[in-house]
Amino acid sequence: MVIDSNSLSTLSYFSGLSAAELEAIKPSFFEKTFQRGEMIFFEGEPAETLFFLISGIVKLFKTSAQGKEQIISLARPREVLNDISIFDNGPNPMSAQAMSMVTLYGIKKERLEVVLRQYPQVSSQIIQVLAARTRQLISLVEDLSFKHVIGRVAKILLEHTSDGGSHGQRLTQQEMAAMAGTAREVVARSLKAMEERGLIRLERHRIVVSDKNALQEMINQEV
Amino acid sequence: MIQMPEINQDKCNLCGLCIEICRCGAIILVNNIVTLVETDDCHWCTLCEAICPTGALTCSFEIIIEER
Repeated sequence: MVIDSNSLSTLSYFSGLSAAELEAIKPSFFEKTFQRGEMIFFEGEPAETLFFLISGIVKLFKTSAQGKEQIISLARPREVLNDISIFDNGPNPMSAQAMSMVTLYGIKKERLEVVLRQYPQVSSQIIQVLAARTRQLISLVEDLSFKHVIGRVAKILLEHTSDGGSHGQRLTQQEMAAMAGTAREVVARSLKAMEERGLIRLERHRIVVSDKNALQEMINQEV
Repeated sequence: MIQMPEINQDKCNLCGLCIEICRCGAIILVNNIVTLVETDDCHWCTLCEAICPTGALTCSFEIIIEER
């Protein structure tokens, strides 16, 4: 469970620190591992420790009152998992679950405050990370509130139907997102919403449009 | 032949995240090449596509209209 300075240096928060400074802050961190499927923290709980993902994949998600899960993002190595709740002293805005074997570095809130006082340059790195995240979220808000993404996804589906041949046209969710001018996650959400309304069925490598007229109406309403 | 996600080896940077996230063991490393294994256990969750940082892995859909 030895904290590795090289791993610390790859984290955006600490990229401005020298090797000696990284060595100095190293004892403030501890390592934690999780097996696939294990919960790391829960939405609504207070956060006492800031976690950085060192290896593996973590699903960050919210759960609706009806129990539906909404994936906010899949965190990759070097990402910070819960800075919002650490810095605003509020509860975790989402839950985190290990999607593979996961190694985290953690630092207690009080120890982080000491590090920030000793090395103010870390604060400016944190501001950059939070600003980048804010920019992403503004883009997502724009997608969700001002644009009628679901109508555009419906249009893409109807315009790219296969003729039934063995080499018909195929689309990935990433390609649909590029066509609709939105994020892949928003396409996934739109497809799920259409499925819940009984307009399409998501099968293994097939999207079956079961109510073409309803999709057409959706396009007409949202143009 | 079972339809499987596709990998573009030119884009793959061997980060291994797809192997870690795949729940059915359909993605393995063979001679340092990320390889897809045909299996009915793959339910097209598309998580491998979602996690791939380089866009090397793709899970494409055929879109068909059900005639009523």
